[in-house]
Amino acid sequence: MSALVKSSLARKWVMALSGLFLVVFLTQHFVINITSVIAPDTFNEWSHFMGYNPLVQYALQPVLIAGIIIHFVMGIVLEIQNNKARPIKYKSSPGNANASWVSRNMIITGLVVLAFMGLHMYDFWVHEMAYKYVEVNPEDPTRYYEETVEKFAPIWRVVLYVIAFVLLAMHLWHGFNSSFQSMGAKSVNKGEGLKKFTKVWSILIPAGFIFIALFHHLNHTN
Amino acid sequence: MSVLDSKVPSGPLADKWTKHKNTINLVNPANKRLIDVIVVGTGLAGGSAAATLAELGYNVKTFCYNDSPRRAHSIAAQGGINAAKNYQGDGDSNFRLFYDTIKGGDYRSREANVHRLAEVSGNIIDQCVAQGVPFAREYGGLLDNRSFGGVLVSRTFYAAGQTGQQLLLGAYSALNRQINRGKVQPFNRHEMLDLVVVDGKARGIIARNLVTGEIERHGAHAVVIASGGYGNVFFLSTNAMGSNVMAAWRTHRRGAFFANPCFTQIHPTCIPVSGEHQSKLTLMSESLRNDGRIWVPKDLEDAKAIREGRLRGVDLPEEKRDYYLERRYPAFGNLVPRDVASRAAKERCDAGYGVNKTGNAVYLDFAASFLRYGKIEALTSGKKNATEEEMIALGKKVIEKKYGNLFDMYRNITDDNPYEVPMKIFPAVHYTMGGLWVDYNLQTTVPGCFAAGEANFSDHGANRLGASALMQGLADGYFVLPYTIGDYLSNEIRTGEISTDTPEFDEAEKDVRNRISKLMNGSGKHSVDYYHKKLGLIMWNKCGMSRNEKELKEAMDEIAELRADFWQNVRVPGSADTKNQELEKAGRVADFLELGELFAKDALDRNESCGGHFREEYQTEEGEALRDDENYTYVSAWEYNENPREAKLHKENLVFENVELKTRSYK
Amino acid sequence: MKLTLKIWRQENTNAKGKMVTYQLDGVDGDMSFLEMMDILNEDLNNKGEEPVEFDHDCREGICGACSMVINGQPHGPQKLTTTCQLHMRKFKDGDTITIEPWRAAAFPVIKDLMVDRSAFDRIQQAGGYISVNTSGNTQDANAIPVEKENADEAFYSATCIGCGACVAACKNASAMLFTSAKISQYALLPQGQVEATTRVENMVRQMDLEGFGNCTNTGACMVECPKGIKLENIARMNREYLKAETIG
Repeated sequence: MSALVKSSLARKWVMALSGLFLVVFLTQHFVINITSVIAPDTFNEWSHFMGYNPLVQYALQPVLIAGIIIHFVMGIVLEIQNNKARPIKYKSSPGNANASWVSRNMIITGLVVLAFMGLHMYDFWVHEMAYKYVEVNPEDPTRYYEETVEKFAPIWRVVLYVIAFVLLAMHLWHGFNSSFQSMGAKSVNKGEGLKKFTKVWSILIPAGFIFIALFHHLNHTN
Repeated sequence: MSVLDSKVPSGPLADKWTKHKNTINLVNPANKRLIDVIVVGTGLAGGSAAATLAELGYNVKTFCYNDSPRRAHSIAAQGGINAAKNYQGDGDSNFRLFYDTIKGGDYRSREANVHRLAEVSGNIIDQCVAQGVPFAREYGGLLDNRSFGGVLVSRTFYAAGQTGQQLLLGAYSALNRQINRGKVQPFNRHEMLDLVVVDGKARGIIARNLVTGEIERHGAHAVVIASGGYGNVFFLSTNAMGSNVMAAWRTHRRGAFFANPCFTQIHPTCIPVSGEHQSKLTLMSESLRNDGRIWVPKDLEDAKAIREGRLRGVDLPEEKRDYYLERRYPAFGNLVPRDVASRAAKERCDAGYGVNKTGNAVYLDFAASFLRYGKIEALTSGKKNATEEEMIALGKKVIEKKYGNLFDMYRNITDDNPYEVPMKIFPAVHYTMGGLWVDYNLQTTVPGCFAAGEANFSDHGANRLGASALMQGLADGYFVLPYTIGDYLSNEIRTGEISTDTPEFDEAEKDVRNRISKLMNGSGKHSVDYYHKKLGLIMWNKCGMSRNEKELKEAMDEIAELRADFWQNVRVPGSADTKNQELEKAGRVADFLELGELFAKDALDRNESCGGHFREEYQTEEGEALRDDENYTYVSAWEYNENPREAKLHKENLVFENVELKTRSYK
Repeated sequence: MKLTLKIWRQENTNAKGKMVTYQLDGVDGDMSFLEMMDILNEDLNNKGEEPVEFDHDCREGICGACSMVINGQPHGPQKLTTTCQLHMRKFKDGDTITIEPWRAAAFPVIKDLMVDRSAFDRIQQAGGYISVNTSGNTQDANAIPVEKENADEAFYSATCIGCGACVAACKNASAMLFTSAKISQYALLPQGQVEATTRVENMVRQMDLEGFGNCTNTGACMVECPKGIKLENIARMNREYLKAETIG
């Protein structure tokens, strides 16, 4: 087992599994968020459930945080190791001749998404924690929709939101499919369908988040 | 002159090897641990020998000039490996493989060795499959075979067009296993510069670390030379750029006889020289002659127009073409053996019918095959009224399936599309049958020094059959040498470790250092390549596909003169204490300059034509090779002399008890 | 044609290297890239300068010795082609060509364009073989039939020439395509099953010890591989490794 943690292949597995876990979380997140467009009451209901259900709060939430930390820390560790593997760089670059920009720059898209998550955590999670545990406010199962809509009022936040999700889409474009390759899926020929699914998904979900942000922004200002 | 003893065991041909194995001396396992063996060269013969010797328990050191054993030139062999497995049930047998090889070699090889080769051939395939060599298979999961030049059975095992690569990687994997066990110590990027002989026995080598320039001493109880052939004496050949004769020649200088140096195989279908910049030649598989027709223009004027670019060969009408092989050899046509096809091409080009700008190329034309295959394809696919164009298009697809990779390679190198215009080909030096003389145990005339694979004078006589080089390399390395070497080493168990701190090692190292400093201190007039190219031209023009007394004598003089000039005026830049490719080349060319002269002398001595050796004075009225069995049924083994023309000839008489000597005819 | 060449020159492993610019005239389209280098070296030699050192041997695309990064691409712009098989007709008169060695911590430069690839040998030594004795007492070659599809796949994996272009192309200098090709060859054959567990563990451990980077699935290795070794091999290695570490 110890070899599994130390080896380069194990690191691939860790990146792939934590990434896939985050993809699942993102999907779940999206499903809840989209209700804010369709049915604000349902949105309030589900948000309240997520905010106060002990299983979610004390079991799933720490797992999620661990998943995020593992994925980012491992990503940065890998980047440092990979840089060390080529101490002297080439003078000339082949550009995109042998690999796409996205696949070569996961660290950039990843760090931007990380920065966005900082903002996101500040906006929602820190606020939520303060509301519940510092200020110790009473439960209010109807406040979520209004709070969310209000967040999308300032244009700067919507712009940041759009940029972050475009980069997230790029990150997923390579990362989602890549995680199956890392886990040894018989991908290249036999998994064309899987590959297509990951690519469509990588565009669709971030586009959906962007849609939600724009929807609330435009609705609010009109 | 003396008569050499090949030490072939007595008894019936088929029992000799078994009997020999049963009676030779062996070294017990505990004692093998006390014995060191050096193997120079890590191709099929050297790699497999080193792996097996280590597995038996000896301590082995391997040497190769490349950065990895896997890069030895065995890797470039395309077609396949023969073995008398008779999996196809077509009547193959050890005797048939033996007979084909003897006859193919034009009756100039040793019967007992060739039969042993046939006997162990099947075992090679078993061995390689067990090692995970991915040979081609049929749908039933069993091994596939193809047929190869000039034999009546299907006995060639293959792995697409990369059989040599797969077999070498198999030997390399066996070697790696022993390296991992600590039984083999690899010295890559090292070149053997001398053999050290102590009290008449080979006791080690002097080698140069090619990266640091350090001169190193390595002692051992036996030395195996498996350094390949010397085709690069011609400068242009299908050999790798680094292939050289140094290890074998240094051994020769220290007392090992060099046998049949003039027996060289010139392969008829290679991509022609395109200009003076050319560094090496590329082979196009012999299999192409199954479907291609070879021709040149009938009229000198047309040939000239083609050379000057005023006329395209493809536009020349049928009646103005000379399909000279079909004309001269109606029975075999384009499928005559390699030596015959090569000579015929040279004859036409010398007469002025060559078709590329250098005048040294003939056409290999697939147009007739496109139509022939296309017709069949059209009929079988139900197109009864196909036009000629449609049929040609269909035929091209058939050819693409058969030879697509070769056509692509040709196009890549020449920028001509062989589907539209005929290929241009010309013969090129490919393999050397000659090499260090060895007895039945593969021991040279220096006790304790052995030679395996292409480096020895081998089992191929005056001409090698296709797919037999791989067989011989692996047979020597896996199954012959590791046993026969025991006969010698059984007397070495009390010797103890070989010290390299002896006067003999001192002297050998001094010689090596002097030689290097001499090379480094030439007047600097010309580069090494200048001399190598000049030597190559002399060899090609006067010792090539056909030879005569006058030109051979001229060649000897010219080479001697060139050699003297080389030692005076060669330019080697840089330092001897670092990686220095010019110094490496200089050392190799220096040896080629000696070998070349001996080569010519050997050709001059052999007053007959046989296999790859064609003397213009000895031919039939129709211009075919004329063997002289009465006077030349022997192996020429030369004893070294600083002045190669003074080298002393020793003979090993060849005795044929199991086959009848016949004339080869392809009319 | 006339070319401007920018070539990495480095005296030895410990020296600091630099790009040096050379002008070269008289290059013919029929020349191979290495023959163009020969002319440059002959020129340098004539001027009393030291020629550019580079690895090369068979010059027919099979030995795997040649190794140049040409304008940022290992083995140059033509796909499925080694440096020695690349011809100058791919370039135009007046072109500037940048030539660098393979770059990786695990492939230290020996001199100029020549690097030390012995790390590859050590990976193979760690387990790239079947432990069968070579003395010939094995069973008949046809005793174990092998499904043709698997035999063919094993062969394709085995056609790797060990040149290291995959490492040179990878932005992480990862050696996974090379390592996985060898593991795949044996994983696909019945003969390779007995030692499958230890083989993949030992070879991967050695690969990591040599200081190659991690694989991030960019696929550059496959694109630049002169022999078209497929990414599937890496996926297969990942599977084999997981199998070895979990089931054993």
